[in-house]
Amino acid sequence: MQNEQLPVGSTSPWWMAALALIALAAWAAAGAVLWHERAESQPANPFLKIATVLQHPRCLNCHPRGDNPLQGSYNHPHLMKIARGADDKGAVAARCYACHRDENNDVSGVPGAPHWQLAPVSMSWQGLTPGELCAVLKNPQKNGNRSLTDLVKHMDEDKLVQWGWAPGKDIDGKAREPVPIPHAEFVSLLKEWVSLGGACP
Amino acid sequence: MFRVKSFSFEYAMPQDKDSAMPTLSINNRPFDLDVDPAMPLLWAIRDHAGLTGTKYGCGAALCGACTVHLDGEPVRACQIQVRDAIGRKVTTIEGVEGKVAAAVQGAWQSLDVVQCGYCQSGQIMTAIGLLSQNPKPTDADINNAMDAIVCRCATYVRIRAAIHEAAKNLG
Repeated sequence: MQNEQLPVGSTSPWWMAALALIALAAWAAAGAVLWHERAESQPANPFLKIATVLQHPRCLNCHPRGDNPLQGSYNHPHLMKIARGADDKGAVAARCYACHRDENNDVSGVPGAPHWQLAPVSMSWQGLTPGELCAVLKNPQKNGNRSLTDLVKHMDEDKLVQWGWAPGKDIDGKAREPVPIPHAEFVSLLKEWVSLGGACP
Repeated sequence: MFRVKSFSFEYAMPQDKDSAMPTLSINNRPFDLDVDPAMPLLWAIRDHAGLTGTKYGCGAALCGACTVHLDGEPVRACQIQVRDAIGRKVTTIEGVEGKVAAAVQGAWQSLDVVQCGYCQSGQIMTAIGLLSQNPKPTDADINNAMDAIVCRCATYVRIRAAIHEAAKNLG
């Protein structure tokens, strides 16, 4: 009879483990609440919302990591292995404007906007975290020597950027999903981000 | 995800049709066409100018059979509209000429590239566009230019060989 041999008042090892676990869980929960309250008390960096637009397929498909544009809502490679070319406007004899006009073709589903082209390699955004994207975006050596103010103007007024809000219909006649934030709100977020000095998350 | 549905092209004449009759330069000839400026160039070429060497394949810029030159650059005639071509030089397979065109046509014949031939108008127009700007293309250059022109007979190997042959003959 082992139990009868234990000294009075002794504690079984599993009781000690359970108490330790309860204490640990309580400590973790308290920490999470404190962290959450602290995070809520600070205004979110506006770039986190800006990044949801820039990393949407409507933008990202022409900011690929490699030398081929992407297509669709799943960023699949452009059909027919279309290539970037030396000037980001397609290969010799397979230029972007061979198919993409300055406006959407809702009959065939071929999208279009003025100066349809890929972003330069230095502005490849695919696979970047919001913080990395922010750093790339505001780097004049990568963004075409644009200041923060220039960036706002570019993303506010450029017809190719604006296409993300009016992407037309696909080959099945279904409306393409636009970027997730209305244009006016997006521009407001950009201006707020600039007012914070372009702080990166 | 990569599915492409069979595509039927329907063109409806808008009610507010522009009354001005577009004039196009096709193969160095002026054509006064009684068409809507928004009509795809392909239908103006085939149905109104009567030049049927340019083929309709998909109507969605997926196959390249309708490729013509606009100011010397290969473009898809099913996507370009008549108004895009006003004041510019349209060249079709019937009107292409010059030493590059002759070299391509010669190479196509000597290597017997064509099988059914339906896509070949687009293949040849694209090959001429490539060699006009890049007289000594690599395999990669040829792939980048020609990948978008579909050949259901899979004559791609002969097409690439013929482009190299034409480049060699151009010196």
